[in-house]
Amino acid sequence: MSDPTAKSDALTRLDVFKTYKLFVGGKFPRSESGRVYEVTDTKGNWLANAPLGTRKDTRDAVAAARKAVPGWSGATAYNRGQILYRVAEMLQGRREQFAAEVAAGEGIGGKKAAALVDAAIDRWVWYAGWTDKIAQIAGAANPVAGPYFNLSTPEPTGVVGVVAPQSGTGHSLLGLVSVIAPAIAAGNTVVVATSESAPLPALSLGEALATSDLPGGVVNVISGRTADIAPTLASHQDVNALDLAGAVATDGPGSAPALEAAAADTLKRVLRPAADPAAEDWTAAPGTGRLLAFLETKTVWHPMGV
Amino acid sequence: MATPKNSKQTAPAEPGVPASVGNGFPGKLFSYAPAPESPAAAGEIASSYGHFIGGEFTESAGKEALKTVNPATEQVLAEFAQGTEEDVDRAVRAARDAFPGWAALPGSERAKYLFRIARIVQERSRELAVLESIDNGKPIRETRDVDLPLVAAHFFYYAGWADKLEYAGFGPDPRPLGVAAQVIPWNFPLLMLAWKIAPALATGNTVVLKPAETTPLTALRFAEIVRQAGLPKGVVNIVTGDGRTGAALTAHPDVAKVAFTGSTEVGRSIARSLAGSRKKLSLELGGKAANIVFDDAPIDQAVEGIVNGIFFNQGHVCCAGSRLLVQESVQDEVLDALKRRMATLRVGDPLDKNTDVGAINSAAQLARIRELSDIGEAEGAERWSPACELPSSGYWFAPTVFTGVSQAHRIAREEVFGPVLSVLTFRTPAEAVEKANNTPYGLSAGIWTEKGSRILWMASRLRAGVVWSNTFNKFDPTSPFGGYKESGYGREGGRHGLEAYLDV
Repeated sequence: MSDPTAKSDALTRLDVFKTYKLFVGGKFPRSESGRVYEVTDTKGNWLANAPLGTRKDTRDAVAAARKAVPGWSGATAYNRGQILYRVAEMLQGRREQFAAEVAAGEGIGGKKAAALVDAAIDRWVWYAGWTDKIAQIAGAANPVAGPYFNLSTPEPTGVVGVVAPQSGTGHSLLGLVSVIAPAIAAGNTVVVATSESAPLPALSLGEALATSDLPGGVVNVISGRTADIAPTLASHQDVNALDLAGAVATDGPGSAPALEAAAADTLKRVLRPAADPAAEDWTAAPGTGRLLAFLETKTVWHPMGV
Repeated sequence: MATPKNSKQTAPAEPGVPASVGNGFPGKLFSYAPAPESPAAAGEIASSYGHFIGGEFTESAGKEALKTVNPATEQVLAEFAQGTEEDVDRAVRAARDAFPGWAALPGSERAKYLFRIARIVQERSRELAVLESIDNGKPIRETRDVDLPLVAAHFFYYAGWADKLEYAGFGPDPRPLGVAAQVIPWNFPLLMLAWKIAPALATGNTVVLKPAETTPLTALRFAEIVRQAGLPKGVVNIVTGDGRTGAALTAHPDVAKVAFTGSTEVGRSIARSLAGSRKKLSLELGGKAANIVFDDAPIDQAVEGIVNGIFFNQGHVCCAGSRLLVQESVQDEVLDALKRRMATLRVGDPLDKNTDVGAINSAAQLARIRELSDIGEAEGAERWSPACELPSSGYWFAPTVFTGVSQAHRIAREEVFGPVLSVLTFRTPAEAVEKANNTPYGLSAGIWTEKGSRILWMASRLRAGVVWSNTFNKFDPTSPFGGYKESGYGREGGRHGLEAYLDV
């Protein structure tokens, strides 16, 4: 305290705030709208501004996801596994940052938040190991009654629109990872509408994904009003499937029934939300449900003979 | 009905002689004496039918009755009830009441019921084959050699699953859903019934099934088999009627599962109506399959595959190979051989064992086929049919091929669901893939080439649920069937087919 100058130096060291941006096609654009919205902690204190993603941003993200389909679905399962594992490595290195974002966004203690981040990292590892095993549990060699070779193999559905979990403990990162990772492990590409109230971990996840050798466009992250983004995904002609994990089952354009009805026009595959999405325990073992939800089964026949 | 409008197709020709192919083709060799199956083998067809609910044939609550006709003669075969909401409610209640008991039955006991059904179908296969041909218009050779053997095989296959579900890869104790509402089309009436009912019962669900309004008879006859097999009352219920009945059934609140096979348009509306419910849905919808012939393909085999792909079952096949993509260098060779082969197709009496192509299922379907074919001509594609004599009554359409078809033509984009083939060409495998996938549908595809690596390369890129390489239109109960994209979702057949009826 005897050296007031030193103290004043410490006080004037300003933090460098992060400009949170969307993650689309491997790049970090601002919203085309030029707009942001305030993200606060659960007590209402300002944390950061997040891009207010629009319908147009969502359509751009779908285009990027579509463009990424051939490369990602055509990559070897081993390669996809290594990249997913790399995501876990990147998250491990930024564990404290994610824990702080989760703690602030969800209003939970640092220890609990760190445990949720650890679980999210472990979830990437779990799915990294699945990429080259899916075909072995979801495929089949079919003993048809005739001289034919007949094999069923799973293939990714294509572009999956994901409404990320919007509330509940662990939703902002662990819940998010629990819906993104299985879709891309299976070879799909994803456009995800983040948690509207706690988007920061999702936007930071984009940064980890960008440094994980994940090809641009495989995961695209849009923050903003879920009621704007989700219906755009549900009605988009080039989206093949929807994961409505975070869609709330009430009325309105962003409600699960409305999204499912919109998806019917193009016969999208729809994974409905749990009866009470907010009560979902994301720390529970995920099982194979989401991994197998966005797969198509292709059956190939060929005659046998000499 | 008067002589079909299209006089070009119906120019009188000596039966069996391909007048249009005069290049030394031994036409007489292919004249066949009639070999008719006896219509009496179909057993007695009642003059009118009610619904099969709770193990009994019962009257409809409504007064409206529909008629089913023999599409080869236009004669009315029987009247049947137009199911009302009240009928549907009664059927669903019967199925719901039967569900706890059926689901609680040891799997080994459910299995034995299904094995019984498979055996009775085999015993009564001639009767069912003839009845199916009469009601549907498809050739007896097909019902006898394809439909009925597959029906029995399907029940036999799923019978064996009933007590082995814990080994199917859906967890240690997969549970049935409840009442399954099943709506099926007219193109393979009894086979589609088998595809729906066998896995549903094996997994412990009870069913209410609605057959198509032009082909209810084999489903109603199947009700007798259900009784002979001694199935508990209410496990299988059959409600007849048109789309209104189907809509009431799929919308019923006590239904836990909806399975539909039919048009993409109706599939969409069902998917929309189920939004927000907890009902599980599987859809098997339309298709516009590409049958791709490379220049190294065995041409004669490919032509057989093309013919089988589009003229099997009068082209009333959702997975029909309705777009022939032929490599430019062999286009002439393939088309010449195809036309020669088409000239030998015998179109006519479905009950004649020599018949290759039977009657179009209904006047409405015939009108649809004619309309799209006329549009094909109007849009500039070149139309060809072999000279063939069509019967004077009944619904008939000569096998037809369109050449000079572009991807923009409606006959290349829309499902005709008739014996109409559109021919397009390609130069490179990449172009073939692009054209094949250029459709909202994704049910099936065919590849003809002798090069194995090319088959696998193509197969991995075609967005279709079933890929037949160097063969086409093959079906088996162990082989999952179903579409990508707007051809629907869920699979029927094989281990995969169980999932649609389990709580997983």
